[in-house]
Amino acid sequence: MQQTTSFDENKKIYSKNKLVFAPWYFLLPAIFFFLIYVIIPIFQSVWISFYEWDGLGEAEWVGFANYIELLDDEYFYTSLKNNFIWLILYLLAVPIGLFIALFLNQVVFGIRFYKSLFFFPFVISQVVVGLIFSWFYNPNFGLLASIFLSFGLEPIAILSDEDLVTYGIIFAGLWPQIAYCMILYLTGLSNVSKDLMEAARLDGAKGLKMLWHVVLPQLRPATFISVVVTVIGALRSFDMVAIMTEGGPYGSSNVLAYYMYETALSEYGFRLGYGSAIATVLFFIMLVYIGYFLWRLYKNEREL
Amino acid sequence: MFPKPIHAFPNKYQLIYKIALPFVLIIWLLPLIAIFLTSVRSAADINTGNVFGWPSQFLLIENYSEVFRRSKAILYLKNSFLITIPTVLLSVSLACLAGYALAIYRFRWSLPLFFIFVAGNFIPFQILMIPVRDMSVSTGLYNTISGQVLFHAAFQTGFCTFFMRNFIKALPFELIESGRIEGVSEAKIFLYIVVPLVRPALAALAVLIFTFVWNDFFWATVLTQGESVKPITAGVRSLNGQYVNNWHLVSAASLCAAIPPVVMFFLMQKHFIAGLTLGSVKQ
Repeated sequence: MQQTTSFDENKKIYSKNKLVFAPWYFLLPAIFFFLIYVIIPIFQSVWISFYEWDGLGEAEWVGFANYIELLDDEYFYTSLKNNFIWLILYLLAVPIGLFIALFLNQVVFGIRFYKSLFFFPFVISQVVVGLIFSWFYNPNFGLLASIFLSFGLEPIAILSDEDLVTYGIIFAGLWPQIAYCMILYLTGLSNVSKDLMEAARLDGAKGLKMLWHVVLPQLRPATFISVVVTVIGALRSFDMVAIMTEGGPYGSSNVLAYYMYETALSEYGFRLGYGSAIATVLFFIMLVYIGYFLWRLYKNEREL
Repeated sequence: MFPKPIHAFPNKYQLIYKIALPFVLIIWLLPLIAIFLTSVRSAADINTGNVFGWPSQFLLIENYSEVFRRSKAILYLKNSFLITIPTVLLSVSLACLAGYALAIYRFRWSLPLFFIFVAGNFIPFQILMIPVRDMSVSTGLYNTISGQVLFHAAFQTGFCTFFMRNFIKALPFELIESGRIEGVSEAKIFLYIVVPLVRPALAALAVLIFTFVWNDFFWATVLTQGESVKPITAGVRSLNGQYVNNWHLVSAASLCAAIPPVVMFFLMQKHFIAGLTLGSVKQ
């Protein structure tokens, strides 16, 4: 009798331990890769930001000197300001995406085809979008120039105008981003509760009132994701700037992501420590949003 | 359904809507249509300023074959495939395993690890740039296809794990429970019960990651040098520098870069959109 119990107990302990170790077997490969290529490099970058280093010679410890230098760097401020403009204007993608989704949320012949064509810009590489728009803005033969000429106006060279260039790039960047938000909202709209709509309709709600009080609250998850991906996209903007202007003219369209690359790896010098300091600043700015996202995720997990 | 279905409106409005649809679409895709028309124009058209009118000749085959003849576009495209496909396979399999562990087992590290994978997916690339480049140089992975594959696979594992974990978590837990009661080993439960059930998620992830990695430009710039292992995105950029006044060729090359993800999207549209919106619906 006793033997059976202990046998059972052994088995229990074994199967309990099995469940303790099993997750790690499954996790190990992913953790290994993620640690090597993502987690450790973050710390290394922060570490490098305390050095003056050209990537070849000996690195020299300089403490906070790189950060102090940033405080006096006008290019850094321009980039920071531009990132802020990006952030604000890029968020226009959310309402515009919603608007297009509402326009397309109908059942007519071929609507699925229309929806996927509207989504097109998101699938295309930003390099290609950037090229398309550089050409669109070209003052000699661009589409914009011919629109200006047809109204009898002098074409503006947007990408060589220090005051307009950032807006020009953001406008181009909005094109794929709107498509992204649109698709998130289209999926959200297909899940809007019919009963609630019907009830509201009986109460006399329609049009904008219906949208604001009944539909939008149900679209909150789509809005949340749209805002998150748009903010992250705005702060990550690199490709468009690299393709369209390389930060120019005179650094006026620079953003932190590109300025960091420029200081660390381009012909303007190999200041890896200084570049890392810029990257660290960008990282901490983004950490605010990441933290907020994780907090929302955590609340969500607790509810389950 | 919101807005009110168009059928509920008088015929007049229905007609207006149906006319407006293609019209709005053309405006929306105008930049793309323009670049396509440019890619089939003759050089003479561009030099004489006929950039927006109807092309004087359609040189579809001529222009595109000239791109392939005069540039390394074929090499770039091949590199893009060599980088993208192994990345998709690797990151999706790693994430499938990790997502399973995070969804099924209750252990203290489950949620913190999940959050680390999610957070990693959102960080700026620049914070990784110098150490990853350095490490690639010192391990001989700099300027190779596999160097790019390994980085992309590792980075995309964050997003993929997030995705797989949520998908597996939504599966009925009884299936796994009953397997355990039958005495099936954990590995076999994963292989024979879970993997068949997550097939739609695997398809969705595969198309998404294909598109993300295909369209990468930053890491192609940071981890390569010269022509031999460059993907098409970086290739198009250098073509843009070489063919300053040959817009018809640059636009043809750009469209070549855009075609594979577009085809992928059209073939697997349902999966693509399901993947993109997963999480937004459930949140």
